[in-house]
Amino acid sequence: MSKFKRKGKGGTPEISTASLPDIIFMLLFFFMVSTVMRETTLKIKVNVPGATEVKKLEKKSLVSYIYIGEPKPTFTKMYGSEPRIQLNDAFATVNDIRDYITTEREKMDEKERPFMTTSLKVDEHTRMGIVTNVKQELRKASALKINYSTREVENVYGGL
Amino acid sequence: MARMKGEFSAASMADIAFLLLIFFLVATTMDIDTGLSRKLPPMPEPGAEQDDKQIKERNIFVVLINKDDRLLVGGEEIDIRQLREKAKEFIANPNNDPTLPEKTVKDVPYFGEVEVTKGIISLQNDNGTSYGMYIKVQNELAAAYNELRNELALSEFGKKLDELTDEQEDGIRKIYPQIISEAEPKNIGG
Repeated sequence: MSKFKRKGKGGTPEISTASLPDIIFMLLFFFMVSTVMRETTLKIKVNVPGATEVKKLEKKSLVSYIYIGEPKPTFTKMYGSEPRIQLNDAFATVNDIRDYITTEREKMDEKERPFMTTSLKVDEHTRMGIVTNVKQELRKASALKINYSTREVENVYGGL
Repeated sequence: MARMKGEFSAASMADIAFLLLIFFLVATTMDIDTGLSRKLPPMPEPGAEQDDKQIKERNIFVVLINKDDRLLVGGEEIDIRQLREKAKEFIANPNNDPTLPEKTVKDVPYFGEVEVTKGIISLQNDNGTSYGMYIKVQNELAAAYNELRNELALSEFGKKLDELTDEQEDGIRKIYPQIISEAEPKNIGG
């Protein structure tokens, strides 16, 4: 009488799925911790230009965003296809920027206000006219730290 | 009929977790924002007198971009690829060329007395310039400064700029200060 019983007849044993929930939970927690919720829905097309000398933008709580670009197809009927400014969730004009900066600044801690940065997410096909106007408004609102949002690329000459 | 107490199937746990996982995957952004940081000059006080400090012509490096995205640098039309070299030559002025900017002697920690250039880069663009081109030019000018700083870091400390201590980096930044002045907006046409 053999001490060891042969299990089955050489068929592949099934893998236990008992630990599957644990693995999935681990992944879930990783994503929950490492991600930031999308705050605004973009109503415009923004394809930021590439650059090589980029720096990372740290401390997202100190950053407020200004988007400039052509309205997405669903909005072109209402707003035309000329580049527009978007602040938070709505289209805006140059005149709204000062109020926007003021409210953004008030949301911040007193200590952090001098470090407030404005990130300009501008489509690369936009003309500089509108960007210059925005910059002038930012100067009037004394939000002087700005960041031109760019993608990191290997070289910028491609296509020239 | 007795029911089993305290037992429920954990088989659907994985499905629930999957659902949550997919929700978070879709609803989140992982991208870290990158970009070129700049500081805008403060708005001049209304009524304040215009600061018309005369700057010698040799100390200014004028970069004009017209509405067709063409570059005029120091009076001649050039390609964007040449801009970096031109800017580096202007900032460093290695042979003390009298047409390139003057230098002043400054006391910089770690380096002692060094000659620091008085050069200013003046960037002017038209309202019709495309933003993509503007960023390219900004990028090339930043690259010119970064390359010079890196060269200095390598020759002085034998390390790259981002491997230096903060004090050493500050010293290098003092020797090659990044001064890019943007003109008040106006139509330069072209």
